[in-house]
Amino acid sequence: MQQSPIVEIQNVSFGYDAQHPVLRDIDLAIERGAVVGVMGQSGCGKTTLLRVIMGAAAPTRGAARVLGAVTSALDRDGLYAMRRKMGMLFQFGALFTDMSVYENVAFPLREHAALPGELLHDLVMMKLQAVGLRGAAHLMPAELSGGMARRVALARSIALDPELILYDEPFTGLDPISFGVIARLIRELNDLLGATSIIVTHDVQEALGVVDYVYFMAAGRVIAKGTPDEIRASREPFVNQFVNGKSEGPVPFHYPAPDYAADLELAVAS
Amino acid sequence: MRAADVRGQLERLGGAVTSQVWRLGFASRFLLYLVLHSGTALRRFRLTVAEIYFAGVLSLVIILVSGLFVGMVLGLQGYETLQRFGASESLGVLVALSLVRELGPVVAGLLFASRAGSAITAEIGLMKATEQLSAMEMMAVDPVARVVAPRFWGGVLSLPLLAALFSAMGIFGGYLVGVQLIGVDPGAFWSQMQASVDVRNDILNGVYKSIVFGIAVTWIAVFEGYDAVPTAEGVSRATTRTVVTSSLAILALDFVLTALMFTGGNGQ
Repeated sequence: MQQSPIVEIQNVSFGYDAQHPVLRDIDLAIERGAVVGVMGQSGCGKTTLLRVIMGAAAPTRGAARVLGAVTSALDRDGLYAMRRKMGMLFQFGALFTDMSVYENVAFPLREHAALPGELLHDLVMMKLQAVGLRGAAHLMPAELSGGMARRVALARSIALDPELILYDEPFTGLDPISFGVIARLIRELNDLLGATSIIVTHDVQEALGVVDYVYFMAAGRVIAKGTPDEIRASREPFVNQFVNGKSEGPVPFHYPAPDYAADLELAVAS
Repeated sequence: MRAADVRGQLERLGGAVTSQVWRLGFASRFLLYLVLHSGTALRRFRLTVAEIYFAGVLSLVIILVSGLFVGMVLGLQGYETLQRFGASESLGVLVALSLVRELGPVVAGLLFASRAGSAITAEIGLMKATEQLSAMEMMAVDPVARVVAPRFWGGVLSLPLLAALFSAMGIFGGYLVGVQLIGVDPGAFWSQMQASVDVRNDILNGVYKSIVFGIAVTWIAVFEGYDAVPTAEGVSRATTRTVVTSSLAILALDFVLTALMFTGGNGQ
Protein backbone atom coordinates (compact mmCIF):
# COMPACT_ATOMS: atom_id res chain seq x y z
CA MET A 1 0.00 0.00 0.00
CA GLN A 2 1.39 3.39 -0.96
CA GLN A 3 1.91 5.85 1.89
CA SER A 4 0.38 9.30 1.71
CA PRO A 5 2.82 12.21 1.20
CA ILE A 6 4.46 13.46 4.38
CA VAL A 7 3.83 17.06 3.30
CA GLU A 8 0.92 18.01 1.10
CA ILE A 9 0.36 21.64 0.20
CA GLN A 10 -2.96 22.13 -1.54
CA ASN A 11 -3.73 25.37 -3.34
CA VAL A 12 -2.09 27.41 -0.58
CA SER A 13 -1.96 31.19 -0.69
CA PHE A 14 -0.50 33.35 2.04
CA GLY A 15 0.16 37.05 2.60
CA TYR A 16 1.10 39.14 5.62
CA ASP A 17 -1.50 41.61 4.33
CA ALA A 18 -4.20 41.34 1.68
CA GLN A 19 -2.43 43.61 -0.81
CA HIS A 20 0.87 41.69 -0.94
CA PRO A 21 0.43 37.94 -1.33
CA VAL A 22 3.70 36.10 -0.68
CA LEU A 23 2.51 32.65 -1.77
CA ARG A 24 -0.03 32.10 -4.56
CA ASP A 25 -1.83 28.85 -5.29
CA ILE A 26 1.02 26.58 -4.26
CA ASP A 27 0.52 22.87 -4.83
CA LEU A 28 3.13 20.36 -3.86
CA ALA A 29 3.42 16.87 -2.42
CA ILE A 30 6.55 15.51 -0.78
CA GLU A 31 6.93 11.75 -0.54
CA ARG A 32 8.42 10.04 2.48
CA GLY A 33 12.15 9.37 2.33
CA ALA A 34 12.89 11.99 -0.30
CA VAL A 35 15.26 14.93 -0.18
CA VAL A 36 13.40 17.76 -1.87
CA GLY A 37 14.73 21.15 -2.85
CA VAL A 38 12.65 24.32 -2.92
CA MET A 39 14.64 26.78 -4.96
CA GLY A 40 14.27 30.28 -6.20
CA GLN A 41 15.47 33.84 -5.81
CA SER A 42 15.67 35.57 -2.47
CA GLY A 43 12.26 36.96 -1.61
CA CYS A 44 10.32 34.52 -3.81
CA GLY A 45 8.47 33.03 -0.84
CA LYS A 46 10.62 29.96 -0.08
CA THR A 47 11.12 30.69 3.59
CA THR A 48 7.45 31.64 3.96
CA LEU A 49 6.55 28.26 2.49
CA LEU A 50 8.77 26.69 5.14
CA ARG A 51 6.93 28.69 7.81
CA VAL A 52 3.64 27.37 6.47
CA ILE A 53 4.95 23.81 6.62
CA MET A 54 6.14 24.20 10.22
CA GLY A 55 2.82 25.77 11.19
CA ALA A 56 4.31 29.17 12.03
CA ALA A 57 2.12 30.83 9.38
CA ALA A 58 -1.45 29.81 8.61
CA PRO A 59 -2.44 29.83 4.92
CA THR A 60 -4.97 32.50 3.97
CA ARG A 61 -6.38 30.00 1.46
CA GLY A 62 -5.89 26.28 0.92
CA ALA A 63 -4.49 23.76 3.37
CA ALA A 64 -1.10 22.45 4.45
CA ARG A 65 -1.21 18.81 5.57
CA VAL A 66 1.99 17.90 7.40
CA LEU A 67 2.63 14.54 9.07
CA GLY A 68 -1.04 13.71 8.60
CA ALA A 69 -2.50 16.85 10.20
CA VAL A 70 -3.79 20.08 8.73
CA THR A 71 -1.55 22.66 10.39
CA SER A 72 -4.11 25.48 10.54
CA ALA A 73 -6.50 23.22 12.47
CA LEU A 74 -3.97 22.53 15.24
CA ASP A 75 -3.89 24.40 18.54
CA ARG A 76 -0.63 25.21 20.33
CA ASP A 77 -0.29 21.76 21.90
CA GLY A 78 -1.12 20.08 18.58
CA LEU A 79 1.51 22.17 16.80
CA TYR A 80 4.11 21.35 19.44
CA ALA A 81 3.26 17.64 19.18
CA MET A 82 3.77 17.87 15.42
CA ARG A 83 7.04 19.76 15.77
CA ARG A 84 8.44 17.08 18.07
CA LYS A 85 8.54 14.91 14.95
CA MET A 86 10.30 17.62 12.97
CA GLY A 87 13.81 19.05 12.94
CA MET A 88 14.79 22.42 11.59
CA LEU A 89 18.16 23.81 10.62
CA PHE A 90 18.16 27.60 10.60
CA GLN A 91 20.15 29.70 8.15
CA PHE A 92 22.93 30.53 10.59
CA GLY A 93 22.40 27.64 12.96
CA ALA A 94 20.63 29.58 15.75
CA LEU A 95 22.70 27.83 18.42
CA PHE A 96 22.07 28.88 22.02
CA THR A 97 25.07 31.09 22.65
CA ASP A 98 25.08 30.62 26.43
CA MET A 99 25.35 26.82 26.13
CA SER A 100 28.22 24.59 25.05
CA VAL A 101 28.02 22.40 21.95
CA TYR A 102 27.13 19.46 24.19
CA GLU A 103 24.35 21.37 25.96
CA ASN A 104 22.97 22.62 22.66
CA VAL A 105 22.56 19.09 21.34
CA ALA A 106 21.26 17.87 24.69
CA PHE A 107 18.68 20.69 24.86
CA PRO A 108 15.78 19.03 22.96
CA LEU A 109 16.45 15.73 24.75
CA ARG A 110 16.37 17.39 28.17
CA GLU A 111 13.19 19.29 27.32
CA HIS A 112 11.24 16.36 25.91
CA ALA A 113 12.63 13.18 27.38
CA ALA A 114 13.43 12.44 31.01
CA LEU A 115 16.53 10.39 30.23
CA PRO A 116 19.07 9.11 32.74
CA GLY A 117 22.32 11.06 32.59
CA GLU A 118 24.39 8.31 31.02
CA LEU A 119 21.88 7.61 28.26
CA LEU A 120 21.61 11.33 27.52
CA HIS A 121 25.39 11.57 27.31
CA ASP A 122 25.57 8.60 24.93
CA LEU A 123 22.84 10.00 22.68
CA VAL A 124 24.46 13.43 22.50
CA MET A 125 27.84 11.87 21.68
CA MET A 126 26.27 9.72 18.97
CA LYS A 127 24.65 12.77 17.34
CA LEU A 128 27.91 14.70 17.53
CA GLN A 129 29.81 11.72 16.14
CA ALA A 130 27.38 11.65 13.20
CA VAL A 131 28.37 15.21 12.27
CA GLY A 132 32.05 14.65 13.09
CA LEU A 133 32.21 16.99 16.08
CA ARG A 134 32.35 14.70 19.08
CA GLY A 135 35.72 16.26 19.94
CA ALA A 136 34.16 19.74 20.00
CA ALA A 137 31.51 18.89 22.60
CA HIS A 138 33.06 21.19 25.23
CA LEU A 139 33.40 24.24 22.96
CA MET A 140 31.10 27.26 23.09
CA PRO A 141 29.31 28.43 19.91
CA ALA A 142 31.53 31.53 19.71
CA GLU A 143 34.57 29.22 19.31
CA LEU A 144 33.14 27.44 16.25
CA SER A 145 33.59 28.26 12.57
CA GLY A 146 30.47 28.86 10.47
CA GLY A 147 30.58 25.34 9.05
CA MET A 148 31.07 23.74 12.48
CA ALA A 149 28.19 25.77 13.94
CA ARG A 150 25.95 24.56 11.12
CA ARG A 151 26.97 20.96 11.83
CA VAL A 152 26.24 21.34 15.56
CA ALA A 153 22.85 22.81 14.68
CA LEU A 154 22.30 19.82 12.40
CA ALA A 155 23.14 17.44 15.24
CA ARG A 156 20.70 19.33 17.47
CA SER A 157 17.94 19.21 14.85
CA ILE A 158 18.25 15.41 14.57
CA ALA A 159 18.47 14.87 18.33
CA LEU A 160 14.91 13.58 18.55
CA ASP A 161 15.22 11.42 15.39
CA PRO A 162 12.73 13.51 13.39
CA GLU A 163 10.58 12.19 10.57
CA LEU A 164 10.82 15.47 8.70
CA ILE A 165 13.87 17.76 8.58
CA LEU A 166 13.61 21.31 7.25
CA TYR A 167 16.68 23.23 6.10
CA ASP A 168 16.52 27.00 5.66
CA GLU A 169 19.40 28.07 3.40
CA PRO A 170 21.83 25.54 4.91
CA PHE A 171 24.71 26.48 2.59
CA THR A 172 24.76 30.26 3.04
CA GLY A 173 28.17 31.68 3.87
CA LEU A 174 30.05 28.37 3.92
CA ASP A 175 33.47 27.66 2.42
CA PRO A 176 33.58 24.96 -0.29
CA ILE A 177 34.73 22.22 2.10
CA SER A 178 32.03 22.96 4.68
CA PHE A 179 29.58 23.22 1.82
CA GLY A 180 30.41 19.70 0.67
CA VAL A 181 30.33 18.36 4.24
CA ILE A 182 26.87 19.80 4.93
CA ALA A 183 25.51 18.57 1.59
CA ARG A 184 26.83 15.05 2.25
CA LEU A 185 25.47 15.07 5.82
CA ILE A 186 22.02 16.15 4.67
CA ARG A 187 21.87 13.22 2.27
CA GLU A 188 23.42 10.65 4.62
CA LEU A 189 21.42 11.60 7.68
CA ASN A 190 18.20 11.59 5.69
CA ASP A 191 18.86 8.06 4.45
CA LEU A 192 20.19 6.77 7.80
CA LEU A 193 17.30 8.13 9.83
CA GLY A 194 14.71 7.17 7.22
CA ALA A 195 13.57 10.79 7.36
CA THR A 196 12.32 13.22 4.73
CA SER A 197 14.18 16.44 4.06
CA ILE A 198 13.13 19.76 2.56
CA ILE A 199 15.95 22.11 1.61
CA VAL A 200 15.10 25.72 0.90
CA THR A 201 18.03 27.27 -0.92
CA HIS A 202 19.23 29.48 -3.70
CA ASP A 203 22.53 27.63 -4.04
CA VAL A 204 21.24 25.74 -7.04
CA GLN A 205 24.18 23.90 -8.50
CA GLU A 206 25.32 22.41 -5.20
CA ALA A 207 21.82 21.57 -4.03
CA LEU A 208 20.97 19.85 -7.31
CA GLY A 209 23.66 17.30 -6.48
CA VAL A 210 21.91 16.29 -3.25
CA VAL A 211 18.17 16.40 -3.87
CA ASP A 212 15.81 13.87 -5.45
CA TYR A 213 13.24 16.36 -6.61
CA VAL A 214 13.03 20.13 -7.03
CA TYR A 215 10.30 22.74 -6.87
CA PHE A 216 11.26 26.04 -8.46
CA MET A 217 9.55 29.17 -7.15
CA ALA A 218 9.26 32.70 -8.48
CA ALA A 219 7.05 35.53 -7.21
CA GLY A 220 5.22 33.22 -4.82
CA ARG A 221 4.34 30.54 -7.38
CA VAL A 222 5.81 27.17 -8.27
CA ILE A 223 6.92 27.71 -11.85
CA ALA A 224 8.79 24.44 -12.46
CA LYS A 225 9.29 21.07 -10.83
CA GLY A 226 11.12 17.88 -11.62
CA THR A 227 14.21 15.80 -10.97
CA PRO A 228 17.58 17.58 -10.94
CA ASP A 229 18.24 16.43 -14.51
CA GLU A 230 14.89 17.75 -15.67
CA ILE A 231 15.59 21.09 -13.98
CA ARG A 232 19.04 21.34 -15.56
CA ALA A 233 17.47 20.69 -18.96
CA SER A 234 14.51 23.01 -18.35
CA ARG A 235 13.76 25.52 -21.08
CA GLU A 236 11.67 27.66 -18.79
CA PRO A 237 13.43 31.05 -19.14
CA PHE A 238 13.55 31.86 -15.43
CA VAL A 239 14.84 28.42 -14.43
CA ASN A 240 17.39 28.58 -17.22
CA GLN A 241 18.61 32.00 -16.10
CA PHE A 242 18.74 30.94 -12.45
CA VAL A 243 20.41 27.55 -12.90
CA ASN A 244 23.06 28.98 -15.19
CA GLY A 245 23.51 32.21 -13.22
CA LYS A 246 22.92 34.53 -16.20
CA SER A 247 22.64 38.25 -15.52
CA GLU A 248 20.19 38.73 -18.40
CA GLY A 249 16.82 37.04 -18.59
CA PRO A 250 13.32 37.39 -17.21
CA VAL A 251 14.75 38.65 -13.92
CA PRO A 252 15.88 42.19 -14.74
CA PHE A 253 19.20 43.59 -13.53
CA HIS A 254 17.57 46.88 -12.48
CA TYR A 255 15.17 47.27 -9.62
CA PRO A 256 12.07 49.12 -10.92
CA ALA A 257 12.84 52.85 -10.97
CA PRO A 258 11.50 56.05 -12.53
CA ASP A 259 12.94 57.32 -15.78
CA TYR A 260 16.76 57.61 -15.52
CA ALA A 261 16.98 60.91 -17.43
CA ALA A 262 14.28 62.41 -15.22
CA ASP A 263 16.15 61.27 -12.11
CA LEU A 264 19.29 63.04 -13.37
CA GLU A 265 17.17 66.08 -14.26
CA LEU A 266 18.25 65.76 -17.90
CA ALA A 267 14.72 65.60 -19.32
CA VAL A 268 14.02 68.43 -21.78
CA ALA A 269 11.06 70.52 -20.72
CA SER A 270 8.45 70.48 -23.45
CA MET B 1 -4.96 74.38 4.49
CA ARG B 2 -4.47 75.27 8.15
CA ALA B 3 -7.51 73.22 9.14
CA ALA B 4 -6.06 70.26 7.24
CA ASP B 5 -2.75 70.67 9.09
CA VAL B 6 -4.49 70.67 12.46
CA ARG B 7 -6.51 67.64 11.46
CA GLY B 8 -3.35 65.84 10.35
CA GLN B 9 -1.64 66.58 13.65
CA LEU B 10 -4.68 65.42 15.60
CA GLU B 11 -4.76 62.22 13.56
CA ARG B 12 -1.07 61.61 14.27
CA LEU B 13 -1.59 62.28 17.97
CA GLY B 14 -4.59 59.94 18.00
CA GLY B 15 -2.59 57.30 16.15
CA ALA B 16 0.28 57.57 18.61
CA VAL B 17 -2.04 57.29 21.63
CA THR B 18 -3.92 54.37 20.10
CA SER B 19 -0.71 52.51 19.34
CA GLN B 20 0.57 53.05 22.92
CA VAL B 21 -2.72 51.80 24.37
CA TRP B 22 -2.57 48.80 22.03
CA ARG B 23 1.00 48.13 23.14
CA LEU B 24 0.04 48.34 26.81
CA GLY B 25 -2.76 45.85 26.15
CA PHE B 26 -0.31 43.56 24.36
CA ALA B 27 2.15 43.84 27.26
CA SER B 28 -0.65 42.98 29.72
CA ARG B 29 -1.68 39.91 27.74
CA PHE B 30 2.00 38.97 27.57
CA LEU B 31 2.27 39.21 31.37
CA LEU B 32 -0.84 37.07 31.79
CA TYR B 33 0.48 34.45 29.37
CA LEU B 34 3.85 34.55 31.13
CA VAL B 35 2.33 33.98 34.56
CA LEU B 36 0.10 31.18 33.27
CA HIS B 37 3.11 29.48 31.66
CA SER B 38 5.44 29.79 34.64
CA GLY B 39 5.14 26.11 35.51
CA THR B 40 8.52 25.24 34.00
CA ALA B 41 10.27 28.11 35.79
CA LEU B 42 8.87 27.00 39.15
CA ARG B 43 9.04 23.23 38.61
CA ARG B 44 12.63 23.36 37.32
CA PHE B 45 13.61 25.97 39.88
CA ARG B 46 17.30 25.77 39.02
CA LEU B 47 16.46 27.74 35.82
CA THR B 48 15.11 30.54 38.01
CA VAL B 49 18.03 30.23 40.44
CA ALA B 50 20.44 30.77 37.53
CA GLU B 51 18.59 33.97 36.66
CA ILE B 52 18.62 35.10 40.31
CA TYR B 53 22.39 34.74 40.08
CA PHE B 54 22.63 36.83 36.88
CA ALA B 55 20.11 39.49 37.91
CA GLY B 56 20.66 39.50 41.67
CA VAL B 57 24.07 38.24 42.70
CA LEU B 58 25.89 40.03 39.87
CA SER B 59 24.13 43.29 40.86
CA LEU B 60 25.41 43.03 44.43
CA VAL B 61 28.51 45.16 43.95
CA ILE B 62 26.71 48.18 42.51
CA ILE B 63 23.88 47.85 45.05
CA LEU B 64 26.12 47.53 48.10
CA VAL B 65 28.54 50.27 47.11
CA SER B 66 25.72 52.64 46.18
CA GLY B 67 23.89 51.83 49.43
CA LEU B 68 27.01 52.61 51.44
CA PHE B 69 27.54 55.98 49.81
CA VAL B 70 23.87 56.98 49.95
CA GLY B 71 23.86 56.12 53.66
CA MET B 72 27.05 58.12 54.24
CA VAL B 73 25.58 61.15 52.48
CA LEU B 74 22.39 60.80 54.52
CA GLY B 75 24.53 60.72 57.66
CA LEU B 76 26.29 63.95 56.74
CA GLN B 77 23.22 65.82 55.50
CA GLY B 78 21.01 64.51 58.29
CA TYR B 79 23.44 65.49 61.03
CA GLU B 80 23.90 68.94 59.51
CA THR B 81 20.14 69.59 59.62
CA LEU B 82 19.28 67.80 62.89
CA GLN B 83 21.96 69.46 64.96
CA ARG B 84 20.39 72.85 64.17
CA PHE B 85 17.39 71.71 66.16
CA GLY B 86 19.44 69.92 68.79
CA ALA B 87 18.14 66.56 67.63
CA SER B 88 21.32 64.94 66.34
CA GLU B 89 20.58 61.78 68.38
CA SER B 90 17.70 61.17 65.97
CA LEU B 91 20.16 60.68 63.12
CA GLY B 92 19.66 56.90 63.21
CA VAL B 93 15.89 57.30 62.82
CA LEU B 94 16.29 59.69 59.90
CA VAL B 95 18.76 57.49 58.09
CA ALA B 96 16.78 54.30 58.68
CA LEU B 97 13.37 55.71 57.76
CA SER B 98 14.70 57.43 54.63
CA LEU B 99 16.24 54.19 53.50
CA VAL B 100 13.63 51.57 54.34
CA ARG B 101 10.67 53.66 53.24
CA GLU B 102 12.01 55.39 50.14
CA LEU B 103 15.62 55.31 49.09
CA GLY B 104 16.14 51.57 49.50
CA PRO B 105 13.36 50.41 47.19
CA VAL B 106 13.59 53.37 44.78
CA VAL B 107 17.35 53.66 44.30
CA ALA B 108 17.84 49.88 44.32
CA GLY B 109 15.01 49.67 41.74
CA LEU B 110 16.62 52.31 39.53
CA LEU B 111 20.02 50.62 39.75
CA PHE B 112 18.43 47.23 39.11
CA ALA B 113 16.67 48.59 36.01
CA SER B 114 19.96 49.92 34.66
CA ARG B 115 22.11 46.93 35.55
CA ALA B 116 19.85 43.87 35.27
CA GLY B 117 16.78 45.14 33.37
CA SER B 118 18.85 46.33 30.43
CA ALA B 119 20.81 43.06 30.41
CA ILE B 120 17.60 40.99 30.39
CA THR B 121 16.17 43.01 27.47
CA ALA B 122 19.40 42.82 25.49
CA GLU B 123 19.75 39.08 26.06
CA ILE B 124 16.19 38.19 25.06
CA GLY B 125 16.29 40.65 22.14
CA LEU B 126 19.53 39.17 20.83
CA MET B 127 18.16 35.65 21.23
CA LYS B 128 15.24 36.76 19.08
CA ALA B 129 17.50 38.47 16.51
CA THR B 130 19.68 35.36 16.17
CA GLU B 131 16.63 33.09 15.80
CA GLN B 132 17.33 31.27 19.07
CA LEU B 133 13.73 31.83 20.20
CA SER B 134 12.42 30.59 16.83
CA ALA B 135 14.68 27.56 17.13
CA MET B 136 13.10 26.79 20.51
CA GLU B 137 9.62 27.15 19.01
CA MET B 138 10.63 24.69 16.32
CA MET B 139 11.82 22.26 18.98
CA ALA B 140 8.33 22.46 20.49
CA VAL B 141 9.71 24.37 23.49
CA ASP B 142 7.77 27.48 24.45
CA PRO B 143 10.33 30.32 24.69
CA VAL B 144 8.09 32.27 27.07
CA ALA B 145 8.05 29.33 29.49
CA ARG B 146 11.72 28.37 29.03
CA VAL B 147 13.49 31.72 28.57
CA VAL B 148 11.21 34.55 29.67
CA ALA B 149 9.50 33.14 32.78
CA PRO B 150 12.72 32.18 34.66
CA ARG B 151 14.14 35.65 33.99
CA PHE B 152 10.91 37.28 35.14
CA TRP B 153 10.73 35.34 38.42
CA GLY B 154 14.48 35.70 38.93
CA GLY B 155 14.11 39.49 38.73
CA VAL B 156 10.95 39.61 40.85
CA LEU B 157 12.63 37.61 43.62
CA SER B 158 15.95 39.47 43.42
CA LEU B 159 14.88 43.09 43.75
CA PRO B 160 13.30 42.92 47.25
CA LEU B 161 16.45 41.21 48.52
CA LEU B 162 18.69 43.77 46.83
CA ALA B 163 16.60 46.64 48.23
CA ALA B 164 16.90 45.16 51.74
CA LEU B 165 20.66 44.86 51.35
CA PHE B 166 20.82 48.41 49.98
CA SER B 167 18.99 49.71 53.07
CA ALA B 168 21.15 47.66 55.45
CA MET B 169 24.32 48.91 53.80
CA GLY B 170 22.97 52.47 53.83
CA ILE B 171 22.28 52.28 57.56
CA PHE B 172 25.81 51.01 58.06
CA GLY B 173 27.09 53.97 55.98
CA GLY B 174 25.03 56.37 58.10
CA TYR B 175 26.48 54.76 61.24
CA LEU B 176 30.04 55.09 59.92
CA VAL B 177 29.65 58.79 59.25
CA GLY B 178 27.30 59.72 62.09
CA VAL B 179 28.80 57.69 64.93
CA GLN B 180 32.36 56.87 63.92
CA LEU B 181 33.23 60.07 62.08
CA ILE B 182 31.08 62.81 63.64
CA GLY B 183 30.68 61.32 67.07
CA VAL B 184 26.92 60.92 67.56
CA ASP B 185 26.21 58.70 70.55
CA PRO B 186 25.98 55.10 69.31
CA GLY B 187 23.43 54.12 71.96
CA ALA B 188 21.11 56.94 70.91
CA PHE B 189 21.70 56.17 67.21
CA TRP B 190 20.62 52.54 67.52
CA SER B 191 18.03 52.76 70.30
CA GLN B 192 16.08 55.62 68.71
CA MET B 193 16.15 53.75 65.41
CA GLN B 194 14.86 50.62 67.14
CA ALA B 195 12.13 52.55 68.94
CA SER B 196 10.91 54.54 65.96
CA VAL B 197 11.13 52.22 62.99
CA ASP B 198 7.96 50.15 62.81
CA VAL B 199 8.08 46.72 61.22
CA ARG B 200 4.67 46.87 59.57
CA ASN B 201 4.37 50.55 58.70
CA ASP B 202 7.96 51.18 57.68
CA ILE B 203 9.88 48.02 56.86
CA LEU B 204 7.06 45.97 55.35
CA ASN B 205 5.76 48.89 53.32
CA GLY B 206 9.26 49.29 51.91
CA VAL B 207 9.33 45.59 51.09
CA TYR B 208 5.93 45.86 49.35
CA LYS B 209 7.28 48.74 47.29
CA SER B 210 10.33 46.76 46.23
CA ILE B 211 8.12 43.79 45.25
CA VAL B 212 5.96 46.08 43.07
CA PHE B 213 9.07 47.68 41.55
CA GLY B 214 10.56 44.24 40.92
CA ILE B 215 7.46 43.12 39.04
CA ALA B 216 7.29 46.39 37.04
CA VAL B 217 10.97 46.50 36.07
CA THR B 218 11.25 42.84 35.14
CA TRP B 219 7.94 42.84 33.26
CA ILE B 220 9.10 45.85 31.21
CA ALA B 221 12.52 44.26 30.64
CA VAL B 222 11.27 40.87 29.42
CA PHE B 223 8.49 42.42 27.33
CA GLU B 224 10.81 44.90 25.61
CA GLY B 225 13.26 42.10 24.83
CA TYR B 226 10.57 39.76 23.51
CA ASP B 227 8.94 42.53 21.48
CA ALA B 228 12.22 44.01 20.18
CA VAL B 229 12.67 44.50 16.45
CA PRO B 230 15.14 41.68 15.71
CA THR B 231 18.00 43.86 14.47
CA ALA B 232 21.01 45.46 16.15
CA GLU B 233 19.25 48.84 16.14
CA GLY B 234 15.99 47.32 17.38
CA VAL B 235 17.67 45.64 20.35
CA SER B 236 19.54 48.84 21.17
CA ARG B 237 16.28 50.84 21.15
CA ALA B 238 14.51 48.21 23.26
CA THR B 239 17.31 48.30 25.85
CA THR B 240 17.09 52.08 26.08
CA ARG B 241 13.29 51.89 26.38
CA THR B 242 13.64 49.41 29.24
CA VAL B 243 15.80 51.75 31.30
CA VAL B 244 13.73 54.87 30.57
CA THR B 245 10.31 53.24 31.01
CA SER B 246 11.20 51.30 34.14
CA SER B 247 12.83 54.33 35.78
CA LEU B 248 9.72 56.43 35.15
CA ALA B 249 7.50 53.55 36.25
CA ILE B 250 9.41 53.23 39.54
CA LEU B 251 9.11 56.93 40.31
CA ALA B 252 5.42 57.10 39.37
CA LEU B 253 4.57 53.91 41.26
CA ASP B 254 6.54 55.19 44.25
CA PHE B 255 4.32 58.25 44.43
CA VAL B 256 1.15 56.18 44.16
CA LEU B 257 2.29 53.62 46.72
CA THR B 258 3.52 56.29 49.14
CA ALA B 259 0.18 58.08 48.83
CA LEU B 260 -1.65 54.83 49.58
CA MET B 261 0.62 53.66 52.42
CA PHE B 262 1.60 56.75 54.34
CA THR B 263 -1.44 58.99 54.17
CA GLY B 264 -4.82 58.55 55.81
CA GLY B 265 -5.34 55.15 57.38
CA ASN B 266 -2.13 54.29 59.22
CA GLY B 267 -1.46 57.78 60.52
CA GLN B 268 2.21 57.97 59.44
